Amino acid sequence: MLEFIVRRLFQGILVVFGVTATVFVVTRLVGDPVALMLPLSATEAQRAAFAQQIGLDQPIVTQFLRFVGDIATLDFGNSLWQRRPAIEVVFERLPNTLLLIAAGLGAAVMLSIPLGAVSALRPGGLVDRLTMSVGLLGLAMPQFWLGLVAIVIFAVTLKWLPTSGMGTAAHLVLPALTLSLTPLARFTMMVRASMIDELNKPYVKTARAKGLGLTRILRVHTLRNILVPFLSISGWELISTLSGYTVVVETVFAWPGLGLTAVQAIQRGDLFLMQAIVFVIAFLIVLIGIVLDILSKAVDPRMELN
Amino acid sequence: MAASDFTASLTPPIPATTSAPRSAISELLHDKAAAIGLAFILLIVFLALFAPLVAPYDPAAQSIMARLKPPVWMARGTWEHLLGTDNLGRDVLSRIIWGARATLTIGAVTCLLAATLGTVVGLWAGFIGGRTDSVLMRLVDIQVSFPGILLILLVVAVLGPGVWTLVAVLSVTNWMVYARLVRGIVSSTRQTPYVEAAEVIGCRPARVIFRHILPNIVSPLLTLAILEFTNIVLAEAAVSFLGFGVQPPATSWGLDVASGRDYLFIAWWLVTFPGLAIVVTVLSINLFANWLRVTTDPEEREKRFARAETAKRRRARRRVGA
Repeated sequence: MLEFIVRRLFQGILVVFGVTATVFVVTRLVGDPVALMLPLSATEAQRAAFAQQIGLDQPIVTQFLRFVGDIATLDFGNSLWQRRPAIEVVFERLPNTLLLIAAGLGAAVMLSIPLGAVSALRPGGLVDRLTMSVGLLGLAMPQFWLGLVAIVIFAVTLKWLPTSGMGTAAHLVLPALTLSLTPLARFTMMVRASMIDELNKPYVKTARAKGLGLTRILRVHTLRNILVPFLSISGWELISTLSGYTVVVETVFAWPGLGLTAVQAIQRGDLFLMQAIVFVIAFLIVLIGIVLDILSKAVDPRMELN
Repeated sequence: MAASDFTASLTPPIPATTSAPRSAISELLHDKAAAIGLAFILLIVFLALFAPLVAPYDPAAQSIMARLKPPVWMARGTWEHLLGTDNLGRDVLSRIIWGARATLTIGAVTCLLAATLGTVVGLWAGFIGGRTDSVLMRLVDIQVSFPGILLILLVVAVLGPGVWTLVAVLSVTNWMVYARLVRGIVSSTRQTPYVEAAEVIGCRPARVIFRHILPNIVSPLLTLAILEFTNIVLAEAAVSFLGFGVQPPATSWGLDVASGRDYLFIAWWLVTFPGLAIVVTVLSINLFANWLRVTTDPEEREKRFARAETAKRRRARRRVGA
């Protein structure tokens, strides 16, 4: 187990290093940070001074080592837009994003298990067909569009909920539900498919033949067996939510999290803040991956670790 | 006499060869959702191919006189603009038809690039094996954990937004799934007797790969590419919506939703129709791809057959009971 964790940590470090190298190549070699970050009106002298300040006059290897060193000490430079350390801005906005994700994915997890289980009990039945139709729609709807439609219906026409921003619990409802639909659809389909497979296995028939009630079979045997695939798929959804969905949903609902901050940083040419965001998210993704692997191992001791 | 009997038994029964496409079509028609999905796909492809002929207006043509006209079935709507006009008087229907062209082009080119890259890497890793395999697959593992859209946004921010930047970045961030799939199939088919036999009789690696291994990959690869296509469509729409993808005056469904957003409260049709275009496209492709996946996979076929039988029996039992 310990050896596995060490190996997994090493792989995580490789990922973070890969992200570092990619960001370095993209920002320093392919693009021109001076042109990107300084206004068009900046003089030649100002440009040279800025280039020197971020070390562009050094050889590439020195630049890269300095870049890695800065990241290792969490020094991402000052955000040009906020005029304070970029990492400070990230840590200020991160909890908002995590709150949104917890609400959205939490709702998806809690709804998907009963929905998937009920559909699997009678494939082709009314509940199943309804769930599958909504699920297919959920996978096809872009989140930005779903969010805008939800604003028109629930905030503007019915006036039940606020349109955007953050504050009361009511502000959380629409963004969280918008965020949850795609993962909910994926989870439900996955629970349904694996439940159908499980329910057709001989051990379920044996249990029924022995007179066990359906709820007990589900609770004790079947649901436990689908827990491992469920864990890994929810890990994937968590990662894609963290690195993608939140950007769109936060932009639509003006939710002050990391995703919205990333969009604002790009619009203002704030490269340092953007770098800090990418790194913190990459780090979180690696961490989630490791925790998930350990959890899967704890849930299913048969699983081989490699 | 005996010899001709023997050859006769070897020749396959004629119907099996002639009706293969026909039976595929009848199977498709059996699954109504998939058939409707395919019909919509064909319609969208047709609109994209013949956009200049089909679209009633130039998608960029502005008209101050016809600003914010609602769709035809509403009180102020006119037959001149079936789905209404936007804040600059541009025809919404024409923009959706031209948007199909942008979406399909970006999706197809990206899928092709990513699938090619992934297949080459997967074949290479699976065929050579050993250290090359583990290095390449480790690379795949690492890149899979990259922060998707955020990294795309960073690259686009540095390089400047544009269609070809988007295509390049999406291809580079999407090849890994193909590599994994191809590598898995290659390393398992390498151990089959017919591939070993081909190697033993002295076929060159190229012949083994192209004649014996590649045919196994085509069908799962095609299914994956079709499913990935929907991911690309959604990603392109999202990035364009955020303003970092397709740039005006070019058209894209995501871009149109973004520009309609400012008129959300007075002109709902500006956001609704381009969004619906995305939903219909992705939904049709998913329905069709799902059918394709089940139909080309023998294990899934068996499951589907068993399920249909169970449903039939249940219905019969209910009829007897009633």
